[in-house]
Amino acid sequence: MRLSAFSLGAGALIHFAPNLAFAEGVKRTLRGKNGEAPTPFSFVQLSDTHVGFNGPPDPLGTAAFERAVNVINALDPRPDFVLFTGDLTHDAEDAGEHAKRFKKFREIESQLKVKTLHHVPGEHDAALDGGTLFRENFGETHYSFDHRGVHFVAIDNVSQGRPRVGKEQLAWLQKDLARYTKSTPIVVFTHRPLFDLKPEWEWFTSDGDDTMKILAPFDAVTVLYGHIHRENHATLGNAKHHASPSLIFANPDPSVAEKKPLPFDKDHPFNNLGVVEITSQKLSGTEGVQQILKEVTL
Amino acid sequence: MKSIAQKMILMALVVVINAKRFEFTPNQVTLTKGEPVTIKLVAADHAHGLLVKPLGIDLDASPDTPDEVTITPKEEGTFNAICDHYCGVGHGNMKMKFVVTSPAGK
Repeated sequence: MRLSAFSLGAGALIHFAPNLAFAEGVKRTLRGKNGEAPTPFSFVQLSDTHVGFNGPPDPLGTAAFERAVNVINALDPRPDFVLFTGDLTHDAEDAGEHAKRFKKFREIESQLKVKTLHHVPGEHDAALDGGTLFRENFGETHYSFDHRGVHFVAIDNVSQGRPRVGKEQLAWLQKDLARYTKSTPIVVFTHRPLFDLKPEWEWFTSDGDDTMKILAPFDAVTVLYGHIHRENHATLGNAKHHASPSLIFANPDPSVAEKKPLPFDKDHPFNNLGVVEITSQKLSGTEGVQQILKEVTL
Repeated sequence: MKSIAQKMILMALVVVINAKRFEFTPNQVTLTKGEPVTIKLVAADHAHGLLVKPLGIDLDASPDTPDEVTITPKEEGTFNAICDHYCGVGHGNMKMKFVVTSPAGK
């Protein structure tokens, strides 16, 4: 399998390209099980749009999100779908106001010229109401689907209030994955990191280890997440974990002592949002997603 | 007949941490290395968490249900604690510190 990714100002454009030797082995199995074999495609991950946020780290509100929509609409070929990895909205004490923010999010995403959109909640979307508003807008907070031979799994690690997947969802995950062969490419998308990136900044999931143990038998696992408002790439066991930049403001490197949003730069308003030049590099083998990033100043 | 561990817990000092949006009271607690202590989290207005992984503190309290854990700090230092139960827009600022010092005279 070959998965490669290009980072956009919009997030990450991810290309899936099964290598021929690998694909032939998997094709027969997947076609038999799913009626579908791995074929090349691309999709985009967007994260942390925080519609409704208003503060000094980003006085432009939804400008970066709207710009991302334009970037994606200009892609040729168009991606098959867009994944949103949580914190679509910034929460409000008033449920009516929060509902308006969901509506605004949907108005902006509806401008995407991409047929299929998938979402998982962030804590700002779902932690205060247990996911009620999220479900009203997008359906269940965890689910899975197959696309061109790849199995995608949406995991909710926010709606219980704490950074947790929970026993019920872990049992569902175990059952969901049971029908797939070990060579099936798995892409998990979720909000918080499924490993201890920096627990004192809440950059973790308390039962992330339990989640990854269920995924451990699979040869090629890719976890796409948001929450940390910056890029991060880690390989742990069989899995590659990749964080997409935010579309509202950026957080500092976890090596610093204090988590304080990077200041807004009015001359380069999208610079701190992980805006990067699109570049490419051929990859081979079962490498999972590879992010190829080159920062530029716009 | 109580085990030694049970007796240690009974003897432990109890430190009560009160949590409300978006602060802990007190916001700094000093503990002594090697001395057992019970940390009790009481939530006033909403569910709150108290997480300090290096000290083995991982509590989740709701207004009806306090939570507690007995620990024996093994290393000196200053440890940052956070609320890890999302409680609103100021949640990210809900923090406190635990300072672990050496036993007197050592």
